[in-house]
Amino acid sequence: MDHPVVSMENIYYAYERNPVLNDVIFEIPRGAFMGIVGPNGGGKTTLIKLILGLLKPDNGEIRLFGQPIGKFKDWSKIGFVSQKANTFNKGFPATVFEVVSMGLTAKIGYFKFFTSNHKKKVLETIDQVGMGAYAYKNIGSLSGGQQQRVFIARALVSDPELLILDEPTVGVDQENVQKFYNLLHQLNKKYKITLLLITHDTAAMTIHATGIVGLNKEIYFQGTPDEYNALTNDKLSQLYGHPVHIATHGHS
Amino acid sequence: MLADFLEYNFLRHTFLTGILIGVIAPLLGTFIVVRRLSLIADALSHVTLAGIAFGLFMDKKLALGIAPLYSGMGFSVLGSIFIEKLRGVYKAYQEIAIPIILSGGVGLSVIFIALADGFNTELFNYLFGSVSAVSQTDFYSILGISIVIILVIRLFYKELVTLSFDEEHAVVSGIHAKRIHLLFIVLTALVIAASIRVVGVLLVSALMTLPVAASMRIARGFKQMILFSIVFGEVAVIIGLISGYYFSIPPGGTIVVVSIAILLVTLGMERFSFRRKVHGTD
Repeated sequence: MDHPVVSMENIYYAYERNPVLNDVIFEIPRGAFMGIVGPNGGGKTTLIKLILGLLKPDNGEIRLFGQPIGKFKDWSKIGFVSQKANTFNKGFPATVFEVVSMGLTAKIGYFKFFTSNHKKKVLETIDQVGMGAYAYKNIGSLSGGQQQRVFIARALVSDPELLILDEPTVGVDQENVQKFYNLLHQLNKKYKITLLLITHDTAAMTIHATGIVGLNKEIYFQGTPDEYNALTNDKLSQLYGHPVHIATHGHS
Repeated sequence: MLADFLEYNFLRHTFLTGILIGVIAPLLGTFIVVRRLSLIADALSHVTLAGIAFGLFMDKKLALGIAPLYSGMGFSVLGSIFIEKLRGVYKAYQEIAIPIILSGGVGLSVIFIALADGFNTELFNYLFGSVSAVSQTDFYSILGISIVIILVIRLFYKELVTLSFDEEHAVVSGIHAKRIHLLFIVLTALVIAASIRVVGVLLVSALMTLPVAASMRIARGFKQMILFSIVFGEVAVIIGLISGYYFSIPPGGTIVVVSIAILLVTLGMERFSFRRKVHGTD
């Protein structure tokens, strides 16, 4: 039986008695490209931290690849690119190769060393995200868009089945944002990696994603991009907690 | 100029110990600097001083014969564990652990020194280092510590680098951050205790940070930064020890001055290469 990659049932989570997530129920089927949209403070990052096991829900159950999260051990199946990827220590003198290698640390395990096979895998992954020419450059010397690709390579190098990205395009210029979505599209279609992306770019989600979840402490919307596009201004205002008017712009 | 260091046993032990700490201090220092923990070395060196003062006090008053190297090491390791605990308690103000431990170390040192009615030149040697203070036993102890430190760093290198670069990613990927932190800080404590005989309490943190500050300006990649740091550390220790001996100056001072000179040279080189690029003469 093909389990959903992630399933959440009746999740409740509060920070010091302030509910951040209430009765959240949703699933990410294998192969999906799921976008989570919603206002700031709506619990999107908390939701991801719960999936990654960094926080424990006050109530409800999370399953990863069919297993209860408490019993889940194979974390190399999940790649993660955090918001902090934009604010990392740019003075850290690590090459692109070294940064991407870090994605293999946990998979290789304690008391084991990096081998020539690992090196080959790292170089292949750097090529996969189009950064082959920069493998031995210091990451601090690259542009924001290039750095973002390096962090995706770090998440991909352990061959994850699920890639989670938390607002990855913050600080990336428009041209590189477009290239970035093309890369995600390729990872999803060609390499069959399930994607979960937190973003404010709802227009891009309606083009690239296979499913969209609208979250503002509770799930206000769950459906396809077409169904999201069909939402009325009233429904969107309910999701965002303030009046919203849709303005379309030209993603291709 | 090296002849005396090779001829006399006490100088040879100091010289060989210097070579060892020229490797281990910048090696650990590289991780300390990139994790923005440079002041931890200062805090631990002051706790080590308290341990040394305790050892000297026990020896002077009670004739217990505790080697100051070991009592210093014991205090340093306990101090390092306490720092980690405090950093866990004050999660939003982790740097507060440093002044707490530093002042605690100085306070205890003053108490032990006063109780022992002072230690005269012996304590001065511990503060600023000495070219003649390393005994054969000290040398073998420091050799053992150095081997352990290098092996442990080799064994946990990938975890330490991953954690130093991005702790959140390391935790998400399943690395036991707390255990690795503790291991790292205990190693730092051992390096400091081992280095104090040669460099001195007040200057040991300089040997852990100055070579790294110089190398990070010119290194391409983390491994290269470690390599350059060790080379700079060795140059500073060798020149510092020899010049300290010939000018009768505590080696801590000369080692630090040489380290600063290396730093200035690397900054000058960087500026020179930048100007060449700007003017297109490269």
